[in-house]
Amino acid sequence: MGVPAVEVQHVSKHFRLLSERHSSVKDRLIHPRRSSYSDLAALEDVDFSVGAGETVGIIGKNGSGKSTLLKCVCGVLQPTSGQVLVRGSLAGLLELGAGFQIELSGRDNIYLNGSMLGLSHKEVERAFDDIVEFSELGQFIDTQVKFYSSGMYVRLGFAIAVNVDPDVLVIDEVLAVGDEQFQSKCLERIRTFQEEGRTILFVSHNAEQIRAICDRAVVLESGKMLADASPGEAVRAFRESLGESLATDELGAPNRQFRAVKNVEILGMDVVGGARLHTGDPLHFRVGLKTNDAVAAKLVLEIHKLNGELLVRTDPDAPDAHVDIPSGECVVTVDAGNFDVLDGAYQVNVGIVGPSGTVIYDWKECAASIEVTYEGRASGTLAMAPKVAVEPRPS
Amino acid sequence: MLDTPSAPRSERRPPEQREVRIVSARSSLAHRFGELWRTRELLFHLTRSDIKVKYKNSALGLLWSMVSPLMQLAIFWLVFGFILKNGYQHFVVFLFAGLIAWNFFSGSLNTSTGIIVERAGIVKKVAFPREILALSTVAAQIFYFCMQAVAMAVILVALQSAPDWALMWLLVPAMAALLVLASGFSVLLSALNVRLRDMRHLIEVAMQLWFWLTPIVYPYEKLAPHLGWLKWLYLCNPMTPIVLTFQRVLYPNIVVASTNYPPNLPKTLPVLPTWSPATYAGLDCVILVVGLALFVFAEWVFGRLEGNFAEEL
Repeated sequence: MGVPAVEVQHVSKHFRLLSERHSSVKDRLIHPRRSSYSDLAALEDVDFSVGAGETVGIIGKNGSGKSTLLKCVCGVLQPTSGQVLVRGSLAGLLELGAGFQIELSGRDNIYLNGSMLGLSHKEVERAFDDIVEFSELGQFIDTQVKFYSSGMYVRLGFAIAVNVDPDVLVIDEVLAVGDEQFQSKCLERIRTFQEEGRTILFVSHNAEQIRAICDRAVVLESGKMLADASPGEAVRAFRESLGESLATDELGAPNRQFRAVKNVEILGMDVVGGARLHTGDPLHFRVGLKTNDAVAAKLVLEIHKLNGELLVRTDPDAPDAHVDIPSGECVVTVDAGNFDVLDGAYQVNVGIVGPSGTVIYDWKECAASIEVTYEGRASGTLAMAPKVAVEPRPS
Repeated sequence: MLDTPSAPRSERRPPEQREVRIVSARSSLAHRFGELWRTRELLFHLTRSDIKVKYKNSALGLLWSMVSPLMQLAIFWLVFGFILKNGYQHFVVFLFAGLIAWNFFSGSLNTSTGIIVERAGIVKKVAFPREILALSTVAAQIFYFCMQAVAMAVILVALQSAPDWALMWLLVPAMAALLVLASGFSVLLSALNVRLRDMRHLIEVAMQLWFWLTPIVYPYEKLAPHLGWLKWLYLCNPMTPIVLTFQRVLYPNIVVASTNYPPNLPKTLPVLPTWSPATYAGLDCVILVVGLALFVFAEWVFGRLEGNFAEEL
């Protein structure tokens, strides 16, 4: 892989949470030593490296330290111990349009923001047209930024950042903004970045995006590194940590049924009739479940391609998704209809969620895999056999 | 409608040859100064946008930056020259010579102290040497200084009062000392204000006191002879030699003729110490060295405190 572009070396970051703030000179004189504070470890001994040209995702719940980690990489925060090594220029997208002077025109802000991201005046001049084009601002470029819609604001911010021409790009959940068309444009630009061999560090709590974009992913939980693995593995670890902590949250609940619920366990899953199918064959699964107490739940299926692209995630609210799990071990059969896809390998994730569809009781990534063969010559994903006929011309 | 990706503007260097940047709890002073030098263009853009924003959407625009200093000048002239009749010829030139230097200094400190807190938005989200923010307020003062210098020129022409052309060069060390001193204080105070928010109010009060401790509205020679040994303490005020130099150059004589308006006044009045130009230059250079030391110290303090900025804001 060569020399890594970003090395995060045993980084820890502790925040002091003051129970009482003494931030005036008077208070400082009265309380020469800060009285009481509690120490919050936002990051603890996080250690990984990102190879040049690699795209690494960071996933974790809110408050797991994702943003703190990115800030440390960007240099906005300094780690309490450990260090971050960055080879080459870095552009951080912690917030789109941070540092805009709303009183100034878009043009002035491009120069201001560009130089803040480390560009020289000449470099901004060279990139200027690209930025304007990408942001789709056109004639509004000379309007004061305060008159921009939030979409325009964000577009301009993203356009500047991706035109900075960085070796390393750090993105913090900024893709969640903007309309769909702009989002896909951003994703497109990220893919070009990847092709150009740039390094990308990418935070998201959207497992799909991580799977679709990243080569590897790091899972954070309460500041600790849970996993550093392939996107599929990492997403599984993330989901498991999510399910686990949801279950522990419910441990203290007085409701007996709730406590029993966390014991739902997916024992295994297989494809009825073997994993090798032909296009259009009926798809049946058998899912082994185990629980101590009977519980009403819903079953969710996820099928995705090996490259991470999601084919389908079933709706837990669909009437047939409901399953009453009896106590003890049982086998649930799932009739998924005909599997009308073209050839390829597919992976299946299965989850048992609560009746509301929000609580995950258990989740198994890559519970089964399917290989589909197709004899025809169609290409794409969806299998389709259009019937063509000639209709007499209406007279 | 996806745009065609533009070709990378620069050839990607292999990672082994790229510059390595280290983010850790302690960065050396040399590293700080290096970063500062690398981002000098940002200083220019920040300064320009600061000035632009300040007078945007106002009818008179930049003229406002002249109104306040000229008003101050008019008031002091009215009170001391006209009502109290101190008898100095062209007193307004003397006043403005001191004020122009003082305004630069006080303007820098007053705006820079709160700047980090004010610009919390960028400080928390964008990585760049944050002292640039403090330095940009000083740089903006250079601009206002130039505006006032134009006003000064107008006044000199109107009153037909020529500066001491032979001593014009003295303004160079004086200006340099002023710039470095203001930068040092600005960086230091902007960092301290993040922790101790009342620094800002403290500075406002301190600047008033400091103003009267500096011979701006009263001539140095009026006070110094009465001070005895305290005179040395008085000269320790770094602004004193700077202001004296400005006055020496722009208000040409060590002793000036009195307007003779109150008949009891002597024919001539002492204004400035009878130092040689070399002494003026020497004192300014001392301040310059002190200012440089202060700046390095300020950078060190800033570096120590900077790590917590994003948390404390």
